[in-house]
This record gives sequence, structure tokens and C-alpha cells, in this order.
Amino acid sequence: MSEPRILFDNVSRFYGEVLGVNRVNLSIPPGVTSLVGPNGSGKTTLMNLMTGLIRPSRGAISVLGIPPTRPEELFRKMGYCTQFDAFPKGLTGYQFIYSFLLVHGMIPSEAARLTGEALQRVNMTQAADRPVAAYSKGMRQRIKLAQAIAHRPTVLVLDEPLNGLDPMARAETIALFKQFGDEGRHVIVSSHILHEVDRISDQVILLSHGYVVAEGQIQDVRSEVKDQPMQILVRCDKPGLLASRLFEQDHVVEAKVNEDGRGLLVRTRDADNLYLLLNRIVLDNGLEVEAVAPADDDVNSVYQYLIGGEGGTT
Amino acid sequence: MNLSRLSTQPWMLWRRQVAAILRMELKKSLFSKRAWWIYILTLGPVAITGLHSLVGRNGGHSMADDNMIFAGIFQVYFLRLGIFFGCLGIFSNLFRAEVLERTLHYYFMSPVRREVLAVSKYLAGVIAAVIYFTGSVVLSFLFISAHWGPVFQQYLLRGGGLHQLGWYALTTALACVGYGSVFLLTGVIYRNPMIPAAVVFIWENLNPFLPSLLKKFSIVFYLKSLCPVGDIPVDGPLAFLATMTDPTPAWLAIPGLLLLSSLVLAYAAAKARKLEVSYSE
Repeated sequence: MSEPRILFDNVSRFYGEVLGVNRVNLSIPPGVTSLVGPNGSGKTTLMNLMTGLIRPSRGAISVLGIPPTRPEELFRKMGYCTQFDAFPKGLTGYQFIYSFLLVHGMIPSEAARLTGEALQRVNMTQAADRPVAAYSKGMRQRIKLAQAIAHRPTVLVLDEPLNGLDPMARAETIALFKQFGDEGRHVIVSSHILHEVDRISDQVILLSHGYVVAEGQIQDVRSEVKDQPMQILVRCDKPGLLASRLFEQDHVVEAKVNEDGRGLLVRTRDADNLYLLLNRIVLDNGLEVEAVAPADDDVNSVYQYLIGGEGGTT
Repeated sequence: MNLSRLSTQPWMLWRRQVAAILRMELKKSLFSKRAWWIYILTLGPVAITGLHSLVGRNGGHSMADDNMIFAGIFQVYFLRLGIFFGCLGIFSNLFRAEVLERTLHYYFMSPVRREVLAVSKYLAGVIAAVIYFTGSVVLSFLFISAHWGPVFQQYLLRGGGLHQLGWYALTTALACVGYGSVFLLTGVIYRNPMIPAAVVFIWENLNPFLPSLLKKFSIVFYLKSLCPVGDIPVDGPLAFLATMTDPTPAWLAIPGLLLLSSLVLAYAAAKARKLEVSYSE
């Protein structure tokens, strides 16, 4: 039996004359998937389509076999932490989560138990009885996250969930996403903080101007970017010698010795060939190699190559 | 009972969901800063009739006159203005206020049928409107003749006063049911409810001049037939508001109004199913 997926079949969404997303075809497997793209690229539109908050102008969407037009089924399996920083008035953090669990149809004791559990997961138990209106930005972000995960969804959609979080909370939240992904759930996350997203993403979807520019595992996406030579870092004892040998090859476009004299950053148009060549050079010249690793198969580099500009901030 | 079992018994699930939504919505509908003008609409006649009960003893009029004046207040003020605009405020805001406050998505992100959500919000609105306006009507009715003391008590308890009050209360409640459904629908369809409200207002007030069939698509047509005091002498340009042009017996008027309201509510619920969350405008 094939694994449950989130499917977009030729989906377009227009806001009047303005393009939201266009002709999106996606098949998202379980794990952590990052939506990456500049402001206005269509990340939030894609998430709102997935969750049924808006409807496609064209095409069809299915989340684990459920169309988003059936929220009564979809949101038993899905939790969505939106970017909207607004809350129903007059509720404490506890009441906020508890009230909406009751809307699920849960009995009070079950709702209370899950509320407590969710508050604990985001470290908000202490502040649970304070009004949400008195919360800091980071606390509001965490209480939204708690509300999204309280009913233990198998699909979690998170729009800029790290915004406003301090470094400690950010690390804890990222660990939580990673845990959800490892448990085989779908975690769809959009974030500007690319280097942090990069650490947890199993796959990435790059968006620009409403189009999906690339999708898949980040290493695969990187290797598809043929016009940008791959950067490979080689830690070895004789980087100068290695550089001179590598320059004999056509596919090597640059080799830069590290400042500490113990490594070489190589840019090549043919990574596979480079790895084979390295083996030969090492054997022929008796080089001691500590490590060989790609230096630009991360989200940030791929973002820069495909979309341009600085990918994200810390 | 767990939720997977409940999903096979939708009525049980919907009952719980309606109760949960009512709990949140009633607070908003009953106690809201936005509703200040609804408080004025309800307290205004209570204050005026209360004042009348203090100074009315020397007015040189009879209790029957007070009774007729209240009938005029009920038909011209309560039915045509107070309940109409009160329901506009309460029911149009059931969805619209949440769009303005950017909180509607929390409901839309819950596993609840949009129809159940719309009906729950409607019920909360009806409860709030009935509390406001039935309370206002009952107090106004009691205050306007309170200065007659034991004579009024006698009339109230043994002379048919209570029966009359009961019909006023029922008509008020049915007005909230009817106008509530109409303004829930306009609130779901339109971002700005003022233009559709103006259209509904004109339609309702044109009722005496409409052909017999079209009259039946108006809330006030049924309500006027339920008023315990029929033709009342109203002079001037507002006279047509109190004119009974096509009286209908209660056994037809009540189910007729409930049927019309149910149809409008069903349409509003179907529209709510296709509602999108868009806070941008």
C-alpha cells in the first residue's frame, strides 16, 4: 500500500487578476517539508489551499485522500498554525485551546487532558491561566502552536512558526517538528530562517512568483541545478598539491585553499567525476584526507541559485 | 465515547459541537462593546415607558389608551426599527465581526461542518436577540400601564393582559428568528451589510403595497398578523406601517414564518460552506 500523501493536481489560485499560485503539481510524502520562497511567492496561498481556508480557481487537492472542502474530516487529521496573530477575545491560553477542542466534539475531560498535554509540549503550562491578550509575541506563537497540535494531528501545517520565538524556544520548536517528522507525520513548514529549516527538512519546495521552482530532497534539488558548479570542501594535509592536480580537469572551475592551510574548497561542474578523481589523487600522492563534504547542498544555497538574493535571516 | 464512534452518530457529535460553539458565541453576542447601540435600542423604550409610568397618572387618559399606544410602539418601533436593526447588528456580525477581528479561521480549522457552525452561531444570535428584545417588550408593556396599579394588575392577571403579553413576546421572538436568518445570510454573503440591509428594510416596509404572493416573502407580513392588537390608529406618513392589509391566522403565520426562516437559514448555511478566509480587504 502506498504511503499517504498530500496531492496538488494542476492547482491554480488567482485573487482577481493577481496570481496566487499557478499550475502547482505536488506529491508531498510524510516527513518535514519546507516551503521556501520570498514574500509573495505563494507559500501562504499554498498552505491556505491545503487547509481549505481558500479554494483553488483550478485543479484539485487531496490531503491523505480527503479534499479540503470537507473540513469536518480534514481537521480531525490536520492542525494549522497560521500567521494571523489574532485570538478570540477574553480567553486565557488554557481556555483558547480547551474551547476549540470542545468544538471538535470532545467530552470536557478529554479536552482538558489534551489541553494540558499541548501546553506542556510548548512549555506554556505556567502561563496557561493568563489572558492571551497579555502574552508576548513569542508566547502567542507558542499558544497557537499548542492549539494546532492539541488534537494530535497527523498533518501539521505551520506558516512561519518560528517568528517571534527566542533562540531557546526556537530550538525546542524545531526539535518538536523533527520529532513529528520522525514519527511519520506530515509537517509542512514555511520559514524565512533557512539555516534552521535546513536542519530538519526531509524535502523542500521552492516557490517563486506563484510557481513551484523546484521540489524534492534538498541534495537532489541541488544536483539538478546544473548551471551552478557544486562546491565541495576537502579537508586534507596537502591542499596546494590537491589544487594543482584538480586544475588539470576541465570541470573544476575554482579551487580555494582554506585560511588554516588544511582544506580546499572546490567548485566543479561534475561532482561525481571529482569524487572518482579524488580517490586517484589520494592514492597516487599519499594525501591524508580527513573529510570530503558538499558545501552548498543546503536550502540557503539552493534558494540563492534558483531564486536569487539572500535566502533567509537568523 | 470517542470521536470515531461519534462520527457514526452525527447527531450526537453535532449536539456537542453546537453546545461548544454556543458557549463561545453567547458571550460575544450578549456582552460586546460593539453592541452598545443594541443596548440603546432595547433600553430606550423601557426608559420611555418607565418614565411614563412615573408621570402618566395625571395624563388624562385611560388604560385602554396606554394599551393602544403600546400596540403602536410595538408595531412601529419594535417590529419596524428596534428588532430589525438590532438583529442586523447581532446577526450580521456573527461572521463579519470575526473577519474584522481575524479570528474566523479558528472555527474553519475545526472539524465541524460549516452548516453546524452557521446554525450554532445563528442559535446564539437568536438567544441573545430574544433575551434583549423580549425583555425590552415585556418590561415596556409592564411599565406603560404600571401607574394604573391594582387595575392593571387585575387586567394583567384576569383580564387578558397576560395573554396579550404572551403574544407580544412570541411575536418578538419570532421576529428575532425571522430577521436573524435574513441578516445571517447577508452577513455571510456581503462584506458590507449596510446595502443589503437597506434593501431588506425597503422591501419589508413596502409590504403593504406588494401583491399577495410577494408579501409572503417578507418577515413582517407574518409578524403583523400575530400582533394581539390589530388595526391601530397611527396618523401621518407612518400610518402605512401599522396597516393590516392581508391578515393571516396564527396557525398559518407561525409555520409560514418558521418555514421562510428555515429556508433562508439553510441557504445561509450552504453559503457558509463555501466561505473563504480572506482578511486582506
